[in-house]
Amino acid sequence: MADLASPNLLDVAVKLAVMLGFVLTVVPVMVWVERRGSALIQDRPGPNRLGPFGLIQPLADALKFIFKEDVTPSAADKPLYLLAPILALLPAFTTIVVIPFGPTLEAFGRSIPLVIAPAETGVLMFLSLASLGVYSLVLAGYGSNNKFSLLGAIRASAQMISYELALTLSVLAVVIPVSSFYLPDVVAYQQKHVWNVIPQIIGFVVFLIASFAETNRLPFDLPEAESELVAGFHTEYSAMRFASFFMGEYASMTALSCLGVTLYFGGWSLPFVHLTGWIGAIVGLLVLVAKVGIAMAVFVWVRWTFPRFRYDQLMRLGWKVLLPLAILNLLAVAAMTLAGWL
Amino acid sequence: METLTFLVFAALALGSALVVVSHKNPVYSTISLVVTLFSVAVLFVMLGAPFVGVLQVLIYTGAIVILFLFVIMLLNLQPRSRDESPFAGQGLQLAGAVIGGLILWFLIFFAFSNSRFAALKPLTAEMVSLKTLARDLFTEYLLPFEIVGLLLLVAVIGATVVARKVPQADSTVAYQKPPEGSEP
Repeated sequence: MADLASPNLLDVAVKLAVMLGFVLTVVPVMVWVERRGSALIQDRPGPNRLGPFGLIQPLADALKFIFKEDVTPSAADKPLYLLAPILALLPAFTTIVVIPFGPTLEAFGRSIPLVIAPAETGVLMFLSLASLGVYSLVLAGYGSNNKFSLLGAIRASAQMISYELALTLSVLAVVIPVSSFYLPDVVAYQQKHVWNVIPQIIGFVVFLIASFAETNRLPFDLPEAESELVAGFHTEYSAMRFASFFMGEYASMTALSCLGVTLYFGGWSLPFVHLTGWIGAIVGLLVLVAKVGIAMAVFVWVRWTFPRFRYDQLMRLGWKVLLPLAILNLLAVAAMTLAGWL
Repeated sequence: METLTFLVFAALALGSALVVVSHKNPVYSTISLVVTLFSVAVLFVMLGAPFVGVLQVLIYTGAIVILFLFVIMLLNLQPRSRDESPFAGQGLQLAGAVIGGLILWFLIFFAFSNSRFAALKPLTAEMVSLKTLARDLFTEYLLPFEIVGLLLLVAVIGATVVARKVPQADSTVAYQKPPEGSEP
């Protein structure tokens, strides 16, 4: 663990700029991928007028959001109503600080770990900050003072608490053989052995399903289920405040993809290739971006392929299938680690 | 820098704790509780116990307080005005706060004036590391640890029993209309 008390502030600023730039770039690109991807799956053209392949469309969307009228319902609980969209962005932008994006860089006479916050408890820090995301949905639902919003908020909180257990347990199963919560150690372990997805395939499936539920994406988008709740927790939001929830969803997807890729697919590393120095750092970042891109494409693919769960099915899947599976996986991994197989 | 961070988060913790107990709207109290717990977690991290701080956020702010909020929203509690307080008046509330604070102060005072505590040294980073914590929990403090686990299990079973729907005799009868002229 590096010394947290005296980080080089310039290093931290540069690393922050890299990762924030990454997440902020991913959001508009993902909006485009989502719209074109859904069109591809549904056999229609999708947005194709602005720029080549409609690539400028997200920019036009953003301009539209900025210039739209921002409406606050007169019956809304104003402070909470205004606070919720800000909180939507917070967890995604804070969790990426523990994601490593390259090998330790030896430059300027010091060794720089390519992770913004080299914290010993990295994995737990990610999970704890990610668990704060539910507040944005709950406060949006309560603050709007609208029945549909409130129902969406209640669904959101029940769903996110249920699936967080399975998510956390599947992540802990990765931590056991590595015996460290520090994510660069997890990457180093996978460089030495194989990618965790091979020995921990059950844990990975649980993680994948739970991360769809945690980001409120189809087939788990019950908090906003437009066929029954209008738009769920964000029914009353318009203009940039709505866009903030929208961005929050994509940013959370990015952050969770970063975690999943780091835990199960070797993070920034490539198998059989060991690069160091500046080339290693740049290649590491590009590899991470590519892997996250594939993970995000899976998010889009799944969203436009599966229908929505019914609420009782959602709860049954979470508590009676995923949670026991995650516990069994944890026990199996612990036993295998004890036996020296991992 | 460190003093400034401490002052900011200590002030946040105290201020939001005051809001928790004094705000009329239970939703605002709960949100303030989140701020309190988060600020205390930051203080834990600054004291060199990042594991405790992270667990505090993960368990308390991420899970328990959200359940509070869940229940409050389901019950649809209305903000309560000052004069319909369950206590007789503000004087009594103030007296309660003062007496509670005094008791707490005495407890802390006697705990620290005890000679056993005076001989203790500050914890080192080694002693609060994850490895030491885990080893101590599963060796020296195994029995208390298991008892706490059992206690939580009992609480879960208790909650399930309380929340279970008791099949009521008349609710089933309501759907089955007894045939005419077949009075028992």
